[in-house]
Amino acid sequence: MDIFTPKLWVQTAYILAAFLFIMGLKRMSSPASARGGILWAGVGMVIATLATFLIPLTAMDATTLHTNLTLVVVAITLGSALAWWSGKRVAMTDMPQMIALYNGMGGGAAAAIAAVELYGAHERSLASSVLAVLGALIGAVSFSGSAIAFGKLQGLISKSFRFQGQQVLNLIILVSAVAVGVGIATLGLGTNVVTLFFALALILGVSMTVPIGGADMPVVISLYNALTGLAVAFEGFVLQNPAMIIAGMVVGSAGTLLTQLMAKAMNRSLANVLFAGFGESAQSSNTEVTGSQKPIEASDAGVMMAFAQKVIVVPGYGLAVAQAQHKVWEMAQLLQNRGVTVKFAIHPVAGRMPGHMNVLLAEAGVPYDLIADLEEINAEFETSDVALIIGANDVVNPVARTDKGSPIYGMPILNADQAHNVIVIKRGQGQGFSGIENALFYLDNTRMLYGDAQSAVNQLIQSIKSME
Amino acid sequence: MIDGFIALYIFMLAAFTGYEIISRVPVILHTPLMSGSNFVHGIVLVGAMVALFQAQNTLEQVIGFVGVILAAGNAVGGYVVTERMLEMFKSSKKPQPGGTH
Repeated sequence: MDIFTPKLWVQTAYILAAFLFIMGLKRMSSPASARGGILWAGVGMVIATLATFLIPLTAMDATTLHTNLTLVVVAITLGSALAWWSGKRVAMTDMPQMIALYNGMGGGAAAAIAAVELYGAHERSLASSVLAVLGALIGAVSFSGSAIAFGKLQGLISKSFRFQGQQVLNLIILVSAVAVGVGIATLGLGTNVVTLFFALALILGVSMTVPIGGADMPVVISLYNALTGLAVAFEGFVLQNPAMIIAGMVVGSAGTLLTQLMAKAMNRSLANVLFAGFGESAQSSNTEVTGSQKPIEASDAGVMMAFAQKVIVVPGYGLAVAQAQHKVWEMAQLLQNRGVTVKFAIHPVAGRMPGHMNVLLAEAGVPYDLIADLEEINAEFETSDVALIIGANDVVNPVARTDKGSPIYGMPILNADQAHNVIVIKRGQGQGFSGIENALFYLDNTRMLYGDAQSAVNQLIQSIKSME
Repeated sequence: MIDGFIALYIFMLAAFTGYEIISRVPVILHTPLMSGSNFVHGIVLVGAMVALFQAQNTLEQVIGFVGVILAAGNAVGGYVVTERMLEMFKSSKKPQPGGTH
């Protein structure tokens, strides 16, 4: 049966994998089918990986093959075990940086493939050389850039390094990397030049990412995700591997769109995220916040909610940090038992990433139909008795509607200020991510409940329970 | 052989596909979908494997070995975190029509 060659099996497996990846991503873009989607893609990955073990059977130099086969098995086992272990034990709140980390690894792998190609004396067409170099550049930038993003979100790097002429320096590094790359692709320059090229690309990833603030990191991670996809597609062309070309390109374009959607949800343009530090472009605010913050005891706040008709909970970053999502749901259930209508209003950028807060609430068991996004819920604040803000700040700051000088001007916000009463759970009197004073906290119908989200909600639960 | 215009066609069609399939994704799925697409480019694993299979000397073997570790980490880590996130999208009220269990 000559037609069933290993090559045919490999190609069949790859086309099947490409199909499963596309279907998997398609299913992942709808809440109802999302869980099945990752499984489809997972099956595709297993099929493609197993089929790749057949490639050595086709035509390969046998002298080093035995060693290489062992190395492949050891490396897969090692990489998988580490990633499995870390992926299983990371807390839900730390997911964003784990995505950055795994994404960077993919970029590094693409760069490694290019390195094997460029260091070795392989025969290549010009197109192949150009794409190998381009994929190497993008992959290496994604690798070091994602590592910095991980460090920032993990709290390992807390400062954003900015200095005059930073953009110019980045541009110089980029231009030199491209120039060296062109030399490698067209003239076939040797080992030392290739090393210089990779060094420049890695430095570029670092210097591009260090000035970007923590609040913008989700957009940056998404961008590097798209870039890794592109790098994988380009190296797929070099290796003449259709599964890599298709999967990489699909992720490249889907990731680019996703990056734009995220930036839009945060009311930031991509250029703004990459080339300007948050707040730097803003003029000084021209509205003075007047009045004072009025504190409230947890017991009073509990009574207020227990006798309300409708309560809208606005969870934010502070809730994620305090891991208070389970407590909040417990409190919501107590209120529901008393006949209070409870809803959760999620701002697109609540938590640490778009959609992150939904994941956290889902983890606590809050059903879908109680969770509303900005457009759905904004008209309902007027008719609600209490808006309970938990660790959210900028996303409920009415200044975004009125103050043209404010850096958050124009950002869509939740209209919590229109609720009859507003209770704000907050650690202290400090400011939000953006460092802007929040006019909501000074309104006449606003009361401040100071404390860590976890303990404050706990006190509210005790207060509501004591009325039964 | 994938070359010249054939390659351009594949690049172009795959790019449109990627753009189309997620064009109507709700905000709540942004993070899981980013993580899911992060998993999909873990296919770089097959490329890293081929690169290591073909390695001729110690330098190439070392780079290839590191490449396969990184790629396997991308694939497995991407799968695990995506799966964990999507696991939470179980609704207590309505069973998922697209569920797999």
